[in-house]
Amino acid sequence: MSGSAGAPLLPGSAGAARTGRGSAPVRAPGEPSLREAGAGIRSLGRPRPRPAEVVSAVILILLVAAALAPQLFTATDPLAIAPASAFTPPSPGHWFGTDESGRDIFTRVIYGARTSLLIGLCATAIGMLLALLLGSLAGLGPRPVDFGVNRLLEVLFAFPGLLLALVFITIFGVGVTSATVAVGLATAPGYARIIRSEIRSIRLSGHIEAAVVLGRSPAQIFRRNILPNVAAGLFALATLGVGQAIVWASALSFLGLGAVPPAAEWGAMLSAGRTYISLAWWLTFFPGAFVVLSAAAATVLGRSLQRRNRER
Amino acid sequence: MTTLASAPPRRPLGALTWVGSRLAGALFVLWAVATLIFFGIRLIPGDPAEAILGGPGSRATPEALAQARAEFGLDQPLLTQYLHELGRLASFDFGTSYALKVPVAQVLLDGLGNTLVLAIASLAVAWLLAIALALWATRGGRVAGAVSTVLEIVAAAVPNFWLGTILILVFSVALGWLPAISTPGIPGLVLPVLTLAVPLAGFLGQLMRESVLNALDAPFVVSARARGESETGVRLIHALRHAALPAISLSGWAFGSLISSAVVVETVFARPGLGRTLLNAVLIRDVPVVIGVVMVVALVYIVVTIATDLADRIADPRLRGR
Repeated sequence: MSGSAGAPLLPGSAGAARTGRGSAPVRAPGEPSLREAGAGIRSLGRPRPRPAEVVSAVILILLVAAALAPQLFTATDPLAIAPASAFTPPSPGHWFGTDESGRDIFTRVIYGARTSLLIGLCATAIGMLLALLLGSLAGLGPRPVDFGVNRLLEVLFAFPGLLLALVFITIFGVGVTSATVAVGLATAPGYARIIRSEIRSIRLSGHIEAAVVLGRSPAQIFRRNILPNVAAGLFALATLGVGQAIVWASALSFLGLGAVPPAAEWGAMLSAGRTYISLAWWLTFFPGAFVVLSAAAATVLGRSLQRRNRER
Repeated sequence: MTTLASAPPRRPLGALTWVGSRLAGALFVLWAVATLIFFGIRLIPGDPAEAILGGPGSRATPEALAQARAEFGLDQPLLTQYLHELGRLASFDFGTSYALKVPVAQVLLDGLGNTLVLAIASLAVAWLLAIALALWATRGGRVAGAVSTVLEIVAAAVPNFWLGTILILVFSVALGWLPAISTPGIPGLVLPVLTLAVPLAGFLGQLMRESVLNALDAPFVVSARARGESETGVRLIHALRHAALPAISLSGWAFGSLISSAVVVETVFARPGLGRTLLNAVLIRDVPVVIGVVMVVALVYIVVTIATDLADRIADPRLRGR
């Protein structure tokens, strides 16, 4: 639910930024609009995408495709057991080998993309929404509110890393939903601090003052002046965050606190494969490699988005 | 800049006020953590007395439940329980483990030593690796750019549980050099420490690389070069000292997250410690142990943060006037 609430927020606010900048220019038919011309010039000046960015984008697109339609990549059932072919090493028939029940690891890894990406996206959406709430309160509210939110964040930082997620799971129990919310909660304080300082610095700039003088309401100022300015930064931050959320969520599943076997989830698969570590390396290698692959792709893209925002 | 003029005469008082405000802040955070977790734990559905007696499956008699409630103070009003809990935590009394029926302080002490050794060793190794990587990655050229990209990726995208498993596959299963299960002694410590240190080194190295690059353009480096100092001298003494600052500030955070990453690493290497204690307690909802571990981690985090701020003030003369 929060995932669907989180996603449209960013593009929507970006649209507000474009329409907010002025009325449509008068121009002759066929003549390119200022914006189109601007885009052309900008794409000339923009550095060509680096190979790492292209590779990352392709990896993410393939992973999303695997999450949406795993049948495109494999015809096998991820839960189908075939005891006769247990522990087959990677081979043309089974690219990533098979596990102790003869299930095909490649198939399971492909089907695992859905769980891992979904948890990563939802957790990031939850974390970003919470952080946006806290960060806006602190960045825009009166001093006592800023002080209060800052103290709250300080307290939350005393639960470093996965600790906040573990406490949450102690309270609300083990499971995929619980792990998703737990990861979102654990990532929120970090985002909130960044968003707060972004908003603070925008608030001090001249165009906010102008909007106040023009008599715009605080809600209007937030929607038309502040959100569009932080939107690009938030999007880059969220892209980075998805990578981190995938790593953390798979760690929780690895610990037995998230998705549980026989579900095809990368962390849970790796955990189950550890029993046979001296016998079959492929049970642990491939699921983990996919966590690394997806998180690395998200990280590279997030970083380059941040770099481009800075250069603009 | 304007504060510089008024700062020097007030420095002794300034330092004392600084320490005082930091201690007050630390006490506040500890109180808030205790309060947050005390009321958070009350959200657990079900009867805590039942959890003490082994969960809903245990079919405890009403008398046994009443006795457990009295024993753990659960029959008192919530406010009484809360104040009682704060009083106990202030005297380092964490109560009795639901599952193990021994004092939580004992359980924590058993695990803390092992985990601290792991975390301190990992932080030290991470720093060494990060310094080497940062110096290497600032020499310019294509290689340096590639190194920094790899650092970013390793820091952000390689999960501890996978790295630890791969290290076991390579060094224990294939080569047979090091034990897969963390035995007491140095050999048993190598793989867990590497597992924790490598991603952290990527993070710190990335941070240091950027500040070394900034420092190399700074006036004090230009003047050091003008004095005729060697390139190595400039890099090691001037640029690195400058580059260490942000990394020192983040070491407090890093140490805290090392302790919570220990949950994963201690599980991968079957190593006894605070992390495994916490994981077991989370799995069976042994609430006093969870509270105990959280309080200890928060305490360690606060102590290390104050220590790193102090180190910052020593390494960076600009901060001392504040």
